[in-house]
Amino acid sequence: MIKPSWFSETMGSFCLILAQPPIWRGRLAADYWQQLGQRIRQQGGRLLGIWGEHQDTAGANIHAFFLTESGYLWCTLPLPANLREFPSLSSVFPTACRQERAIRDLLGLEPLGNPDMRPWLRHAAWPANIHPLAMSDIPEDILSCAGEIDYSYRAPAGQDLHEIPVGPVHAGTIEPGHFRFTCLGEQIVQLEERLGYCHKGIERLFVGQPPDAALRLAGRVSGDSSVAYAWSYAMAVESVAEIELSQRALALRGLCLERERLANHLGDLGALGNDAGLAFALTQLLAIKEELLRENAEIFGHRYLMDVVQLGGVAVDLDGRALQHIEQSSKAWRRRLETLDLLLQEHAGLRDRLVATGPITAERAAYWGMAGLSGRASGQAWDLRTHFAPPPYDRYPMEISLARRGDVAARWAVRFAEVFRCLRWQENVVANLPGGSPRVALKAFPKDGEGLGICEGWRGEVFVALRLEDGHIARCHPHDPSWSLWPVLEEAVCQDIVADFPLINKSFNLSYSGQDL
Amino acid sequence: MYRILKEAWRLGKLGERHQSDSLQGQNPFLQSAAIRHVDAGSCNGCELEIQALGGPHYALEQAGLHFVASPRHADVLLVTGPVTRHMAAALKDTYAAMPQPRVVVALGDCACGIGPFTSSYATLGAVDRLLPVHLACPGCPPPPTAILAALERAMMELGVTSRSTAKSDLQTKHDTHR
Repeated sequence: MIKPSWFSETMGSFCLILAQPPIWRGRLAADYWQQLGQRIRQQGGRLLGIWGEHQDTAGANIHAFFLTESGYLWCTLPLPANLREFPSLSSVFPTACRQERAIRDLLGLEPLGNPDMRPWLRHAAWPANIHPLAMSDIPEDILSCAGEIDYSYRAPAGQDLHEIPVGPVHAGTIEPGHFRFTCLGEQIVQLEERLGYCHKGIERLFVGQPPDAALRLAGRVSGDSSVAYAWSYAMAVESVAEIELSQRALALRGLCLERERLANHLGDLGALGNDAGLAFALTQLLAIKEELLRENAEIFGHRYLMDVVQLGGVAVDLDGRALQHIEQSSKAWRRRLETLDLLLQEHAGLRDRLVATGPITAERAAYWGMAGLSGRASGQAWDLRTHFAPPPYDRYPMEISLARRGDVAARWAVRFAEVFRCLRWQENVVANLPGGSPRVALKAFPKDGEGLGICEGWRGEVFVALRLEDGHIARCHPHDPSWSLWPVLEEAVCQDIVADFPLINKSFNLSYSGQDL
Repeated sequence: MYRILKEAWRLGKLGERHQSDSLQGQNPFLQSAAIRHVDAGSCNGCELEIQALGGPHYALEQAGLHFVASPRHADVLLVTGPVTRHMAAALKDTYAAMPQPRVVVALGDCACGIGPFTSSYATLGAVDRLLPVHLACPGCPPPPTAILAALERAMMELGVTSRSTAKSDLQTKHDTHR
């Protein structure tokens, strides 16, 4: 892996901390922060996440995680103890805006140049001068549940416009969030989201925990992506401990991740059909999903595969009978899904609702730096599994699923394509599973070090960055791809009618709990 | 249309017909209960299991249960999550909007106060810190069968409550559930 020449300018020092996928680590001064961002943007790179870290007397750190042409880059901007501000990246990467507001809420560090002064994750629970990730003790008496603080929504001027506030309690069984629509008759002129209702203070809960105990917490940041988070977390700890996993363990982890993807896609496709008025789709797809979940419970011990990924490998090994069961059910589902796919593609009523609804063109997707499932539906050809092919995808290749138009129908099509690819991939793995142990024991937990783990969750790249000090977690940041996708939803709904919102929202199906932390 | 009917016929009737003998002839809410679900900061795991109840394996509506959008139409308040401070006001408003008789069911380890987010600055820790909880259904997440059983107990609970609020004369109740 060759370092590109612009890395070696006097910006700072960079080194490769992981080979597969390639992750670079660097530190640089505030003067170069925006320059680095611009350079990466020009290359066509992306900002995956930006977060902060308090360091007691040593000041603070601002961390950013990028995708560049030579791999991922984890870059840190150290702030001395007396400096409480850092240059904003929101003019370079629009998705940095909310994340920097969250840094302000949790750490009290001010992003200079960020246009939005409103809090993001802080509603009423703590006052503005209290910073939960920068204090050792938070006195109980300053915490509150007082309804709404004064949050000024963007209000477009114009006659005949009316406002519809929706949430945080929604009509269906869905996570809480607030959506403020500005409408002209039925048509949505503007949507503004306000999230943070699910904020549980997870990052603070990680602090002080031993790495093995915190794995359970990592798997519950977002319950529908439990495997993705647990794997990313385990990968981060394993990189600090410098452990090599067996091929079998990696294959089994991959199997869990793909089954999680399968379960979510099937549920989403059914829900999309249902939201468009075709309950038949919901019944048929939930039937298959339920069989998948029951098989998960029987073979892996948990319907949603929570706690199956463990440090050093996986908790469960599969015998010949289990592998055969998986292969048979996979083939049976594929046959049923092929029939359903054809049937639903040709259903005129469904097409009418899905096609040209909630579109994000390829150009706009590139502007937002979209990736993951929703990005692939808008022609953004990025998939960690196919591009860097980290283990086990080096041994069992996966193909990328793409669509062009970026509407709800495209996100439907990508899901269906990924479902078929997941099933075929799964059949390949169970037919060619290598021998060996499913789990490597950790001889001793690492005392100090930092690590980052990443995998392609079903929404997009999930990563966990952590730092261990004296055998305990000093800082852990689990990152959901939804941070970068929620702002895009606001754009996707414009020009559609309010009644199409559930469909568009469901076609993205972004995480509230993962974003709110 | 023919193809849709053919696939529906092929799928057939799935799942186990839920046995609710315990409810036979015991209370007027045998027929149905309307449920309002509120996510008070859950990780979404419990929501996935609630959504699974809508599938053909669990016959939710056959058990007489259905989810409603407005708390004013609801009999049961099904709460998931450790009750984040940011959701406390909305949860309280939802409960206040429900007419009597009403029952609160805490679903999942978080709502029952034994989840991983109980001791956080950002959460209250359990539903019973804010609302009176009539039924607890722990699990991470609890499977749909457990949720159905809890909802049926909620229906029985409603039957008890409605009798006690309906008339002033004392009647000894022979249903001995909690």
